[in-house]
Amino acid sequence: MTMENKDFSEAQPGLGFSTPLIFEQGRAGRTGFFLPLDDLAGESLDIEMSEKDFRPPVEGMPELSEAEVTRHYTRLAQQNMSVDSCFYPLGSCTMKYNPKINEDACSLPGFASVHPYQPERLAQGCLQLMHELAGDLAEISGMDEVSLQPAAGAHGELAGMLIIRAYLESKGEKRKKVLLPDSAHGTNPASSALCGYEVVELKSNAEGLLDPEAVAGHMSEDVAALMLTNPNTLGLFEENIKEICRIVHQKGGLVYCDGANLNALMGIARIGDMGVDVLHFNLHKTFSTPHGGGGPGAGPVGVKKDLSPFLPIPVVQKKGDLFSFDYDRPKSIGRLKSFYGNFGVLVRAYAYIRSMGPEGLREASENAILNANYIRAKLKGTYHLPYERTPLHETVFSDKLQAEHHISTLDIAKALMDYGFHPPTIYFPLIVKGAIMIEPTETETRETLDRFIAAMKDIDRMAREEPETLKSAPHMTSRDRLDETLAARKPRLCCGGQGEFVLFPISLIYKREPSTPGH
Amino acid sequence: MNFPSNLLYTKEHEWISVDGGKARIGVTDYAQSQLGDIVFVEVPEAGRRLKKQETFGVVESVKTVSDIYSPVGGEVLSVNAGLEAAPELVNQSPYEKGWMIEIRIGDQGELAGLLSAEAYRKYVEEEAGQ
Repeated sequence: MTMENKDFSEAQPGLGFSTPLIFEQGRAGRTGFFLPLDDLAGESLDIEMSEKDFRPPVEGMPELSEAEVTRHYTRLAQQNMSVDSCFYPLGSCTMKYNPKINEDACSLPGFASVHPYQPERLAQGCLQLMHELAGDLAEISGMDEVSLQPAAGAHGELAGMLIIRAYLESKGEKRKKVLLPDSAHGTNPASSALCGYEVVELKSNAEGLLDPEAVAGHMSEDVAALMLTNPNTLGLFEENIKEICRIVHQKGGLVYCDGANLNALMGIARIGDMGVDVLHFNLHKTFSTPHGGGGPGAGPVGVKKDLSPFLPIPVVQKKGDLFSFDYDRPKSIGRLKSFYGNFGVLVRAYAYIRSMGPEGLREASENAILNANYIRAKLKGTYHLPYERTPLHETVFSDKLQAEHHISTLDIAKALMDYGFHPPTIYFPLIVKGAIMIEPTETETRETLDRFIAAMKDIDRMAREEPETLKSAPHMTSRDRLDETLAARKPRLCCGGQGEFVLFPISLIYKREPSTPGH
Repeated sequence: MNFPSNLLYTKEHEWISVDGGKARIGVTDYAQSQLGDIVFVEVPEAGRRLKKQETFGVVESVKTVSDIYSPVGGEVLSVNAGLEAAPELVNQSPYEKGWMIEIRIGDQGELAGLLSAEAYRKYVEEEAGQ
């Protein structure tokens, strides 16, 4: 592979470190922690303890020094590609940069040290933050009330669908089906099925949108809800959303919107105003909280007022100047999470919303849309665009033009790592063959986008001139291309004996030498 | 690409091989080539009653996960137990060793709506050309 003079590449070779599993390190009896000396000498604690009060010994607990543990996790962290180290255009996942002021806010002792059993009167600041965050999310989305409890996007979906089911059952209706477009996130049918619904898939039209006629054709008194995403997973705004909601409502059904793509709409349009009844938010996407291994996530769910009584308990309420937990909701679907949701994540999202302000949020969405369309315009012609319509915050290409040279989406994604970029989402949405789904987000500079575009063009050049290099990419990473098939068919979930790792880096260096790019 | 003429096909890329009142079902050569290396196949238990177009299983490749639909209604008589240990049989031999379920056909009339090898080949060529 020849990578000379590629000043758009952000990758460079460097010394990496291997690390065995933590269970394979250390020695019996080694410890990184010492209990303080007993300063109660002579005091009798007067507690009788028997054998059963003691925990039985744990087999195979790692015994390491503090330095060993620190190095182990630091090395693992160094092997990671993250939003702090590189451009991460993972479509539909909204991997925007997570501002450090969020971390600053949630480290404040009043937030970081609060105990979930602390009396309400001693946690007023935390309750106020939750109350205001729920209010902000309601305002941004046009929903009437928001629960912050769900711990992830799919958890929010489950909450939302349980609310829909409880609402319909309260009216004595036992509906059986949920309608979904064929471009839906896989979690949508899964959440519906978990709630006991039969899933009916609706075909998107030639423009990649959901036709009101298709909805009308499947809508009946047996359909509990339509689940959709707006903008959809092609990044396209479902412009018939109002008409679609009207059709569903006319037959007594409800409309659920997956909020995965809310980053395209903040401050511009409100899902609630379009007729949607239930919406979940991904704080770890739209509101810049950690995502993807850096979690946990948070998937608050917002509803229109008819559905409010069914929200999970407790909901934070304000009475006079005091905040408290409201458990008095007899129609509630109950509790979905221990305590009150992932509170630290909520603090981060609150910090983001308040530091951005209404204009800042709108500007974030506008720039997210601009960045996606900039990449789209620059790569049009180089990569195939399966849908002509102008998207919002993300753009979907395919490998059709590169397939002529037997280069697939997987090869393109792997090769991007050699330029220092995290691969985009691939092979999704399912309605695009060989999909390459790019979502740059608003947090990238034009210089970064230009380097990414140059890398994508260079990969296209290589598809024509040196396809073999692409087929074995990545070359700059600490491991060559993994055999994903073998890993799935015959997974080795535990590494071998201790000695194996000591020799591993040396063999890796010898193996890499001939194919290392840039040398 | 192989399209045996003695089989019937669906637009969802299943094949069905009819033998009197019984039939074998699997996914086509085109389907396995599009899916890539298959790493897991989930099949139903014998005895389950399927409706035409009902999802009866899942095929998972390194790229994606797809539902498998029953081309006709009927009762599952047996399943290909070998796929659990060797899902690659679907890649290697989609029409023979990679079969998925055997059913007793509920309504022979439902076979009429299925595609011939020639019609399926045309459909695949159109789809690939898109």
